[in-house]
Amino acid sequence: MSIAFVRTDMAPSQSPPTRSSGLVGWARKNLFATPVDTIFTIIGVLFLIWAVPPIYGFIFPTSLGGNAVAPGGTVEQCRVENAGACWAYIAARFNFFIYGFYPISEYWRPNIVFAMGAVLIVPLLWPAIPYKGINALLFFVVFPVVSFYLLNGGVFGLKPVPTEQWGGLMVTLIISLVGIICSIPIGILLALGRQSDLPIIKTLCVMFIELWRAVPLITVLFMASIMLPLFMPQGMTVDKLLRALVGVTLFASAYLAEVVRGGLQALPRGQYEAGASLGLSYWKRMFFIILPQALKHVIPGIVNNFISLFKDTSLVSIVGIFDLLNTVQAASSDIDWASPTQAVTGYLFAAFVFWIFCFAMSRYSLFMERRLNTGHKR
Amino acid sequence: MNQVSQTESTSAAPGGMTVSDTDVAIDVVGMHKWYGDFHVLRDIDLRVMRGERIVIAGPSGSGKSTLIRCINRLEEHQQGQIIVNGTELTNDLKRIDEVRREVGMVFQHFNLFPHLTILQNLTLAPIWVRGVPKAEAEDMAMHYLERVKIPEQAMKFPGQLSGGQQQRVAIARSLCMQPKIMLFDEPTSALDPEMVKEVLEVMISLAQEGMTMICVTHEMGFARQVANRVIFMDQGQIIEQNEPEAFFSNPQHERTKLFLSQILH
Repeated sequence: MSIAFVRTDMAPSQSPPTRSSGLVGWARKNLFATPVDTIFTIIGVLFLIWAVPPIYGFIFPTSLGGNAVAPGGTVEQCRVENAGACWAYIAARFNFFIYGFYPISEYWRPNIVFAMGAVLIVPLLWPAIPYKGINALLFFVVFPVVSFYLLNGGVFGLKPVPTEQWGGLMVTLIISLVGIICSIPIGILLALGRQSDLPIIKTLCVMFIELWRAVPLITVLFMASIMLPLFMPQGMTVDKLLRALVGVTLFASAYLAEVVRGGLQALPRGQYEAGASLGLSYWKRMFFIILPQALKHVIPGIVNNFISLFKDTSLVSIVGIFDLLNTVQAASSDIDWASPTQAVTGYLFAAFVFWIFCFAMSRYSLFMERRLNTGHKR
Repeated sequence: MNQVSQTESTSAAPGGMTVSDTDVAIDVVGMHKWYGDFHVLRDIDLRVMRGERIVIAGPSGSGKSTLIRCINRLEEHQQGQIIVNGTELTNDLKRIDEVRREVGMVFQHFNLFPHLTILQNLTLAPIWVRGVPKAEAEDMAMHYLERVKIPEQAMKFPGQLSGGQQQRVAIARSLCMQPKIMLFDEPTSALDPEMVKEVLEVMISLAQEGMTMICVTHEMGFARQVANRVIFMDQGQIIEQNEPEAFFSNPQHERTKLFLSQILH
């Protein structure tokens, strides 16, 4: 037998062998592949049978087969034995949860702000919609200014509403949006500064980052709201909400700086060198070449920070700011709606609102990751 | 590579000749460089005339790459002078950018920008460094893509191209800045054998147009064909330099002989 071999016809490309598909095939592969899998599947099903009906009964109103009291119900219904969540209470106090102590006659002002924000942020986040430049200008510059004057009042004959009366979801959104938006540029600059060759800039950035990262957010907020006024000159006050905003922003930017630095370090040196060899200056190199790639790499980390920041805003309740969670907590001692499930329902509502926003951020980040993926690994 | 025939050796002007300063592209005088305590480049004297094609060879770690990276200041030298296009390289960032605008560099690992399309890779620097209008920059980019024979890839991302194609894009990207000098840092070392030729052909055609080139490469066939001068380095020093014919047929230094016997079978 000769070892010489010459292929005469090329093997054609075929479709992969089909496996048993359909529901049965899926179940066999995913649920009952091995005896251990089967045991876990059975345990899982038993757990669901045990846990789901009571949860369902608590959350869903009687019209859907549960025990909860639908919005529009009365407090008496909520006080019945074995009553589920008292959604009627949430509905009755809904405005308080959204606006806090903002005067009822002025609700239209935060409503306009909410509407403006929604109208501007959706096209900003939607990649296919053009005019991103003017959109960004409106959202990042015009919107905050207009919102401030609209909410705060005192101009154009608007009744002044001091920030002490702001509250609820409105304040939660203000703190987290300001924190998120302001911490991005500050965090990026800190990360670049930490990588700088200039020793003074580098030292300042390292000190800033290490200081803020080493302190709990609660401490920062306490410092901002209680200690800071003691050091201020007589008669000079800075708004409590503003102090919290600054504290949260600086805190968030220190964290963000380290995430961004991770992205910067993950880039091969060749990217820096290629940019430099083309004659691009430092800032152009960073803006066009380094940051777009570095930030893309760390989207999960950045969004992780934002989600954590969004939830951490509830800590401002400690310094007496009425964010969403604080309004829920305050309302839970409302005698008019006193019922066994009053507090639980309130917290469930707060948790649900937080979850909606965090989940949206998480999904959006996944969408952006896929969209920005130009790696095309072969 | 024999397909690309004629090698012209008319414009050869070896260093040391008395010539007017405008004919000098690069002048390196008594240059030393250290990495910490390690003396990587020692007493480098190198004068490159306009239109000269120089190949730098040598064992790995001999400082070849470091030398050409000093010429566009990706590495900083500590002693001696480097004058590129009449501009001396110092810590002055303005001068560094001035030199880099006129000196193109092609890297071993291409270093294309993966987040930008091929066209964007080519137009970024002309637009933002030279201030060329976008449409004009794109025309120029397409022109150079045609020169490297891949205009149809303009809208793809670097990750979708083969190594040889990526390296040709990298050459085109440098050419879009219309540099006076091109530096090649082992441009074919990271390529599959089948793709070396397409890159070398682009480099040969550049050489034939009279581009001033310094190539660090192990492609001795390329050196024979296009170089005016081959420089052999070892331990951070220039050991020997000569015209390619003489260099390959009659090496003088023992180290050169050993090196050539190792790589030419």
